Amino acid sequence: MAAPAPVHRTALAETPVILPGHDFETVTETISEVPLSRRFPLGWIGFFLVALLGAGMLQMALGYLVLTGIGIWGNNVPVGWAFDIINFVWWIGIGHAGTLISAILLLFKQQWRMSISRFAEAMTIFAVVCAAIFPIFHTGRPWLAAYWLFPYPNAMGLWPQFKSPLIWDVFAVSTYATVSVVFWYVGLIPDLATLRDRAVSRPKAIIYGMLSLGWRGAARHWHRYEVATLILAGLSTPLVLSVHTVVSFDFAVSLIPGWHATIFPPYFVAGAIYSGFAMVLSLAIPVRRFYGMESLITMRHIENMAKIMLATGLIVAYGYLCEAFFAWYSASPHERFMMWNRMTGPYAWSYWMLISINAVMIQLLWFKGIRTNTTILFVMSIIVNLGMWLERFVIIVTSLNRDFVPSSWGMYYPTKWDFMTFFGTIGLFLTLFLLFLRFVPMISIFEVKTLLPQAKVKADHHAAN
Amino acid sequence: MPQTDASNHPLHGVMAEYDSSQALVDAARKTVAEGFSKVEAYSPVPIEEVNDILHRKRTMLPKLVLAGGLTGMATGFALQYWASVIEYPMNVGGRPMASWTSFIVPSYELTILFASLTAAIGMALLSGLPMPYHPVFNVERFSMASSDKFFLVIERGDPNFDRQRVTEFLRSTGAKGVYDCAE
Repeated sequence: MAAPAPVHRTALAETPVILPGHDFETVTETISEVPLSRRFPLGWIGFFLVALLGAGMLQMALGYLVLTGIGIWGNNVPVGWAFDIINFVWWIGIGHAGTLISAILLLFKQQWRMSISRFAEAMTIFAVVCAAIFPIFHTGRPWLAAYWLFPYPNAMGLWPQFKSPLIWDVFAVSTYATVSVVFWYVGLIPDLATLRDRAVSRPKAIIYGMLSLGWRGAARHWHRYEVATLILAGLSTPLVLSVHTVVSFDFAVSLIPGWHATIFPPYFVAGAIYSGFAMVLSLAIPVRRFYGMESLITMRHIENMAKIMLATGLIVAYGYLCEAFFAWYSASPHERFMMWNRMTGPYAWSYWMLISINAVMIQLLWFKGIRTNTTILFVMSIIVNLGMWLERFVIIVTSLNRDFVPSSWGMYYPTKWDFMTFFGTIGLFLTLFLLFLRFVPMISIFEVKTLLPQAKVKADHHAAN
Repeated sequence: MPQTDASNHPLHGVMAEYDSSQALVDAARKTVAEGFSKVEAYSPVPIEEVNDILHRKRTMLPKLVLAGGLTGMATGFALQYWASVIEYPMNVGGRPMASWTSFIVPSYELTILFASLTAAIGMALLSGLPMPYHPVFNVERFSMASSDKFFLVIERGDPNFDRQRVTEFLRSTGAKGVYDCAE
């Protein structure tokens, strides 16, 4: 009992969760100096301006859309749904990794999640914001969207159609957005108190103090806090699984060949986590280098995320196999034609690109050398995000473009407004993310401290008394 | 914080500072063994043992969350039933008005929504937060409670409270510093 417990190593001799040499003070200092610093690093300003340019482009594209109408987008019969839903599903999927890290891995007591949960959750929130833009603006008149989307007593006496998966989606996504924000904020409270206590300037101390609700770390409060966090994790877990399930219902509940498949819910959820982890890697790899956080976000984190990507990627590849098998085994000529069109039709390039990324390239992650090479992983994570975007493109466009009757076949070509809106949301996402990096502790300070020997307490030797 | 005459300057309590979770837990045990009951500990990380030693009470939050979740479920179902059956009945493909199976998803989501909001808001309100001011903030060293120091306060409301005695007792628990905490 006399010797202090070694800094977290599991039975398998893996890289430690955080590198040795840290104590409470260095952890607090390393993480809190970023939001409390007075200067804005040049690199940050450069990235921020580029991101802001993207966000400006989004504003322009949406402004023109509202003034003109959704005719500026390329979707039209028979491809009535295109970039708007592709990007919606893509962004929502990306968000899932944040909730998985903060909720599911918390329930499984995976301590390595602590260094990455904060910014993965931030990523979730910003991804949901970007996702919401698409369906809201696809309504054409977003200021009226409230009565199309939400059940509230309006002057026309109209109510949403509760038998439709589209209204389920409204409930699922708005609950997801709210709970993600709440969970994230609750996690931030003790760290905001740390910033309040360390802030040198009075305005910063007041702002962080108000945001921290006057948190003082009392034992009774910590107890309630831990209970609340555990409950929120327990609630977020079924929530996150339900969100992409409900998103997949938008397709699976319809009767369109290529959409009407029971494999959709699990396959969508796995795909969401897969793309989400790719996005976490795309963000974590540059951020840890730029801010010198390599001792807190270690190779252990990077490698574990690569492993989760491999596992979920394999489930997604299995989903592709199932889709093809279902189409053949159904013996329905429409299903079989849809699959044949997907593989050999005018959009075959997108299908085969998708297969080569999500089923073939991902196999590289079996090798430790690849999983621990941050440059290769960074490039791969970007490609995986492209692959998952293609997946939604394939599911949506190739299922619609050749309708039941050849006279109603048609091609879909996105317009420049489609692209501007899509790239604009990436700009908005990066803008929000860079603001987050600058003003909020990007790693959970108090959670990382719980991993240190200083936080440990010996078993109660007075238990008998 | 010089504090000479306790009767002229009302005290919130006497505060002791420690270096580690272990030191705080040991001190908390001694404090309870000594017979003090109005005691609170402050730490930069959650320490489950301290709450068990000082307060012995588990929070009622889980029960509130259950109630919140059930309210959400009932609200979701009632809303959909009322809108689809009573207020705005519409025949879709000959299905019954009250197709309860299709009401499951929104009811499920509202269950989670209400339960989560109860958990977060309940946690704050049961703890009396938001509360920007608290006497413990009067001690300058207390700003370290959110980085790497641990504090224990024996409050004036304790039946055994006597400034002199409490200060000496806290010194004997291995405290790195003992401070008067003004009201």
